[in-house]
Amino acid sequence: MNQSRSRSRTAELVEASLKRRYAKESRFRMMGLGAIGLGLLFVLILFVSIISNGYGAFVQTHIRMAVTFDSAILDPQGTGDPEVLKQADYRQLVRQPLREMFPDVKSRRDKRKLYQFISGGAERELRDMVLADPSIIGTTKELWLMADDDVDMVVKGHIAREDVIANGGEKLIQWLERFEAEDRVERQFNTTFFTSGDSREPEQSGIGGAVAGSFFTLIVTLLLAFPIGVAAAVYLEEFAPRNRFTDLIEVNINNLAAVPSIVFGLLGLAMFINLFGLPRSAPLVGGLVLTLMTLPTVIIAARAALKSVPPSIREAALGVGASKMQTIAHHVLPLAMPGMLTGAIIGMAQALGETAPLLMIGMVAFIVDVPGGPLDPSTVLPVQIYLWADSPERAFVERTSAAIMVLLAFLISMNALAVILRRKFERRW
Amino acid sequence: MQTYMILIVLLAFMAFAYQFGKRRALHTAGGPAPVRNLHSLPSYYGFYVMLWAALPSLLVLLLWSLFQESVLTQLVIGSLPQDMRALSEAELGLIINDVRNLASGDIVSQEPDETTQMAAAHLQKLQGMADLAKAVVILALSVIAAGFAWRSVAPKMRARNRVEWIVKGLLIISASVAILTTIGIVMSVLFESLRFFQKIPVTDFLFGLEWSPQTAIRADQVGATGAFGVIPLLVGTLLISFIALVVAVPIGLMSAIYLSEYATPHLRSIAKPVIEVLAGIPTVVYGFFAALTVAPAVRGFGESFGLDVSSESALAAGLVMGIMIIPFVSSLSDDVINAVPQAMRDASFALGATHSETVRQVIIPAALPGIMGGVLLAASRAIGETMIVVMAAGLSSNLTVNPLEAVTTVTVQIVTLLVGDQEFDSAKTLAAFALGLVLFTITLALNVLALHIVRKYREQYE
Repeated sequence: MNQSRSRSRTAELVEASLKRRYAKESRFRMMGLGAIGLGLLFVLILFVSIISNGYGAFVQTHIRMAVTFDSAILDPQGTGDPEVLKQADYRQLVRQPLREMFPDVKSRRDKRKLYQFISGGAERELRDMVLADPSIIGTTKELWLMADDDVDMVVKGHIAREDVIANGGEKLIQWLERFEAEDRVERQFNTTFFTSGDSREPEQSGIGGAVAGSFFTLIVTLLLAFPIGVAAAVYLEEFAPRNRFTDLIEVNINNLAAVPSIVFGLLGLAMFINLFGLPRSAPLVGGLVLTLMTLPTVIIAARAALKSVPPSIREAALGVGASKMQTIAHHVLPLAMPGMLTGAIIGMAQALGETAPLLMIGMVAFIVDVPGGPLDPSTVLPVQIYLWADSPERAFVERTSAAIMVLLAFLISMNALAVILRRKFERRW
Repeated sequence: MQTYMILIVLLAFMAFAYQFGKRRALHTAGGPAPVRNLHSLPSYYGFYVMLWAALPSLLVLLLWSLFQESVLTQLVIGSLPQDMRALSEAELGLIINDVRNLASGDIVSQEPDETTQMAAAHLQKLQGMADLAKAVVILALSVIAAGFAWRSVAPKMRARNRVEWIVKGLLIISASVAILTTIGIVMSVLFESLRFFQKIPVTDFLFGLEWSPQTAIRADQVGATGAFGVIPLLVGTLLISFIALVVAVPIGLMSAIYLSEYATPHLRSIAKPVIEVLAGIPTVVYGFFAALTVAPAVRGFGESFGLDVSSESALAAGLVMGIMIIPFVSSLSDDVINAVPQAMRDASFALGATHSETVRQVIIPAALPGIMGGVLLAASRAIGETMIVVMAAGLSSNLTVNPLEAVTTVTVQIVTLLVGDQEFDSAKTLAAFALGLVLFTITLALNVLALHIVRKYREQYE
């Protein structure tokens, strides 16, 4: 009797607490869901903020002008000598139509402002046109000239027109409206952004140099990290006896994977540049540093790939009389190769996004020329992003975001390639 | 480039060497039919000769390329007149730089005088000679080594064993690169740090409360005494990392719990990779995001409450760093939660516990060491992170734990001290290496501790 009462009391207690416990349960669930939601939200905000800032940089404002290739300016003596044409004053070609369009602009200050409408890069374009085809001299052509970055920002609406007027730029807006009224303003696809190197003028700067630098750096990294990583993995998985030396290597690989990347930069600076005298800012040195940095990733992935090859393959090869080295070279390595390649691609993606160690070895220099080889001074895409992010001009914010979009596009396609490789060649034994 | 040419010629010669070795093996065996007289397959004889053609000369090429520059510089310094050689190291360095630029046809810092021009001409001549000598020595070495190997080819020679022995040696060398890298890191930061500690006492560095690395150029300069106390940097680093962990640990842990305990396979297959995207984004992107979007937002939010927030607040940098390390915490926790045996869950359910009670009172305690290890790894990641703080945290040191103020970190200071022009002997430059040593030591200790905890935990269930 007594017992049954106590049992029912327990049941009552439990039932009474059930509501509270279930509420707790659903709160806990909600918290978990909320955490995931936050994580996804962060990804979303990051991408939206970058893309909304950056998509505009893929187009560039151009202004249509009737440019007269006046022989009196370009080649007063009529020599036709390319040297003379190279030295000629192309600025006048750009300024003349502006003066003709706005004859009432007289004061020096206003004139200077007016001339700033067109980018300095337009002069170079005109020069290249003349040098490519000297017969153009003496004719007049309607040309789309690159606008200055401030004009570009106003046209794209990143700088409000009211703000420009408030800052004393009333005339600029009047002029711009006249251009627009005459249909002389157009946004065209921005090829400069993809082909040219860095520049102090936002509208003339591009990621071409940085992409080339990244390419050479990654080539050096791949050529060193993949063979060394695979060789190290083969030794550790297939040959290494369990002894102190092997343990030491394993501990080192695990620790190197977690050493901050900037420390690798210090190593590169002290060893490669100061001790061996390799050139600063060169993709070769960048590639060496990134090799040391990505080796642990490559080795760990390659070891996993070797481990996944079943022992029966090895035993069968050894059984028909192959030597250990033949077994590995002819049977194990080919089977493990897709996994190793996947690891290598992921390592390369990691190297492509790396910035800090490259700052240490001088790849932050301001470099206008597109590098032509692994010994030319150059910068890489992430460092270019860092440099632009530091620049005060509004137009560079747009360029920075666009460069980030390009970088992310490379990274996403590399990772997608790795996933496809894995899916295609993955074998279940 | 000369080196490229040498490499191409070497490659071509390697192909020849392979063919010659193989032919000679077949030839000494007496034609294709009695090929069974050979100890190894004919191609192994080819590989053997080829390896001898390649390896010694590649080694010499590497060493030569590394040391040519410094040897030539020494020779040029030796040829300079006596009074110039007596100059200080820095001045001599300037002159040598001029000589080098002049020799390669670049712009020089000042109008070259006669001695510089002579030295440049001398250097140019030496460079020409050295390049020629390099090509001759390396190709000759290749031919001679291959010749000897070729002569030793005979049916009885154990070519396969020899080739495999060499290949195994190469594998061991590759595996040792990891050790060499660690030694290189320790050496490079340690030596420069020791030189730094000769100028600044260790105790001043480790316990100093002030960091202002501007050393005076003139003796009477104001505010340029140069203080190298690491404490404000460490406090700043720990503050930002702490904020990052406060953001990342709850979010990462909760999402790991949800994904491994509650989520349907469908949700898991979408949410897990999306969160891991955060780990693949380059840190410079986070830095830009922090400086452009988050810092102004934090500042505006603070000001709406009447708080004075710095535009480079520790809070903004920490928040973004937290976002960056969410995937570390979540994927490491996910692994350990999945490693908790199902039997423990079933036992808890059988006693009538709800799912959340099971998670909180059974799974988390069981997985705690692993989670701690993951958090420590994430912390070491946060402490060593560079780009986010370089772009979003402050530059001047500030001994405070107020997250709304600007603080600077160890990594920011390393970058600011080493980017741009530098002389390699000043305390400023050397200080960066001392900071590198501090950073390396802290992260190494954290990693060793984390791996130790994780490993110890794993042994319990396996």
